[in-house]
Amino acid sequence: MDTGLTPKAKLAANALVARRGGRTVVDVPELSVARGEVLAVVGPNGAGKTTLLLQLALLERPDGGEVSFEGARTRGRELRLRRRMAVVFQEPLLLDRPVLANVEAGLAMRGVGRAERRKRALRWLGRFGVEQLAWRSSRTLSGGEAQRVSLARAFALEPEVLLLDEPFSALDTPTRAAITDDLAAVLVETRTTTVLVTHDHDEAARLGDRVAVMIGGRIRQLGAPAEVFGAPADEDVAAFVGIETIVPADVIAREDELVVLRAHGHDIEAVGAGTFHRALVCLRPEDVSVAAAGDRATDSSVRNRLPGRVARVVRTGADARVEVDCGFRVVARITRRSLDELGIEAGAEVVVTFKATAAHLIPK
Amino acid sequence: MDLVWEGLREAVDLLVHNKHGVYEIAWRSVYVSGLATAIALVLGVGAGAVLAFKRFPGRVVALALVNTGMGLPPVVVGLVIAILLWRSGPLGELHWIYTPRAMIIAQAIIATPVITGFTAASLASLNPHLRLQVYALGASRLQMLWILLQEVRLPLLAAIMAGFGAAISEVGASVMVGGNIAGQTRVLTGAVLLEQSKGRFGEALALGIILLTMMVVVNVLFTWVQLGIHRDAGAAHEPEGGGRPLQPWTRG
Repeated sequence: MDTGLTPKAKLAANALVARRGGRTVVDVPELSVARGEVLAVVGPNGAGKTTLLLQLALLERPDGGEVSFEGARTRGRELRLRRRMAVVFQEPLLLDRPVLANVEAGLAMRGVGRAERRKRALRWLGRFGVEQLAWRSSRTLSGGEAQRVSLARAFALEPEVLLLDEPFSALDTPTRAAITDDLAAVLVETRTTTVLVTHDHDEAARLGDRVAVMIGGRIRQLGAPAEVFGAPADEDVAAFVGIETIVPADVIAREDELVVLRAHGHDIEAVGAGTFHRALVCLRPEDVSVAAAGDRATDSSVRNRLPGRVARVVRTGADARVEVDCGFRVVARITRRSLDELGIEAGAEVVVTFKATAAHLIPK
Repeated sequence: MDLVWEGLREAVDLLVHNKHGVYEIAWRSVYVSGLATAIALVLGVGAGAVLAFKRFPGRVVALALVNTGMGLPPVVVGLVIAILLWRSGPLGELHWIYTPRAMIIAQAIIATPVITGFTAASLASLNPHLRLQVYALGASRLQMLWILLQEVRLPLLAAIMAGFGAAISEVGASVMVGGNIAGQTRVLTGAVLLEQSKGRFGEALALGIILLTMMVVVNVLFTWVQLGIHRDAGAAHEPEGGGRPLQPWTRG
C-alpha cells in the first residue's frame, strides 16, 4: 500500500489511535499529506473519519501515536500550530454576529489589525460570492450562504493546512455542486494542503489528488481516485466504492492478461495480472448491460454474456437498477428508456453482458 | 389608600429634603449590591463555565447545589457570615463584622449561585460543536470563553439583572452582618425594616418606593442594552459603525 510518506509531508499521522468507550475508532499506522496535496478521506458513517480529522486538526488528543506537522511531533493541542490550520465542519457554525465579524474573528484572535482583517475578510467573502452578505446577521443566511461564509472564514486565515469535514453534505444538490465548483477553483489557485472528509465519491474523486478509504477505523486503501474507485483492494472497499456485484470465482485458464474464471457454472473472462487461483470478480452496475434472452451479440468486445432471470427492478430518477439472478446476483444500472424498450420486469429471462475489462479482480 | 398616598408624599419629601440621609442610604445600596454583583459575576461566570464544559466527578451534585443556591435563604447566609466574622469567630481578626465589606460578601454569596446557574444553563445550551469550531479558528482557552460568553450575552445580561435583583432586595443577611447602623451600614432594605418596626409606615413605604424605582431604572437600562444587542446581531449593520469593539484581546 502506498502510504504517501514523503519527506515533504506537511501533516502526518504516526501510529494514531482513538478509542471511544473501549472501542478503537481510529487506528492509522501512518498517513501523510504532502504539501499542496488534497487528500480525500472517504468511508461509510462511523468509520472514524471525523475523529481522524479532529486529531489531525489538533482538536482532539490521540489515545495513542501522534500527529506531526512539517516533520515535527506535536504535543497535544498546540495553539501555535492550530493557528496555521483551518477547519470547516458540516454545519456552518457561525457566531451570532454579522457575517463580516464572523470572517474576521479568527484573524482577530491572531492579532491581525482591523484594516487588514476587513480587507482579507471582504476579499474571501467575494471569492466565495457572498460579499454582499457582509453586513447581514449570520442568523439570516440560508444553508448554502452560511457554508460559503464558513469557507470564506477558513480561507481568510490563509491556512497552511485546511481540514474539511463533510462540508457540503447538508446542502441540496445544486447548491452543493455550485460550492464544490468554487472550492475546487480556490484549491487549485491556492494549492492549500487539504484533508477532505466525505462520504460522497464524486466529491472525493473531483477534489482529491489521492483518496483514502477508511472503514472500521483503518485506512483500507490509499491511492489515486481512478485506482481506488476502479481497482478496489478488498471486498469492503469494493462495496463502499459502489461495486454491487462481487462474486468469488476460480481461475480455469490464462492467456497473457486475459483470465478465464468460473463462478456457479458460468465462465467469466476478465483482465488481470498475477498468479492467483481464486479471485473476487467485481462489477460496477453501470458497466453491466441487460439484453433480451434471444438477443445476439453485436459488439465483439463484450466477452461476457450470462443468462439469468430478473429478480428485482428498482426505478430511480432517470435510471433503473436491475438485479439479475445468474446463479449469483448481478446488478446492472440501465436507463429507464432501455428498461421500457426491453420490457424488463421481475421474472423475465435476460442476458447480462459486460466487457472483460469491466471486471475487476481481487485475488483471494 | 391613605397610607399609599402618604407614602408617595413622604417619598417626595424624603427626596426633596434628603431626610434621614436618604441619598446616602440609596447610594450605599447601589454601591454594596453593585460590588457584590460584580464579584458574583466573576465567580459565577467562571463556575458556570466549568459546570457547563468540564466533566468531573461530583458535577451533578455541584449542579444541584447551584440550583439550590439560586434560592439560598439570605438569613442563613447572614448567619454563617456573621459566625465567621464574629469578633471571636475564625475570621474575627479582620474586624469586618458590621461593615459594608461584610454585607458585600453576604450579598455576593447570595448572587453568585444565581449567576452561576444562568451562565451554566446558557453555555450548555450552545451547539456543542461551536466550541470545536471556535478552537479551530485558533482561539486560546480565554478567547474561547470570551467568544462563547458573547454568544450567550442575552441570557448573561438576564443573569446579571437577576443577581443584582437578589442582592439589592435581600434584607436578612445585610442586617445580620451589617448591623443596620445609620451612616455606616444602613441600606434601603434595612431602612424600610427599621421604619416599619417603629410604626412609621409612611416613611417605610417611601423608602420602598425609592428602592423599587431604582430597581426599575437599573433593569430598564439593562433591557435597553439587551435589545440593542439583539438589534445589532439581527439587522443590517452599517459599514462605518460596523466593527464593534467586542474583542479586548485583539492585540494578542
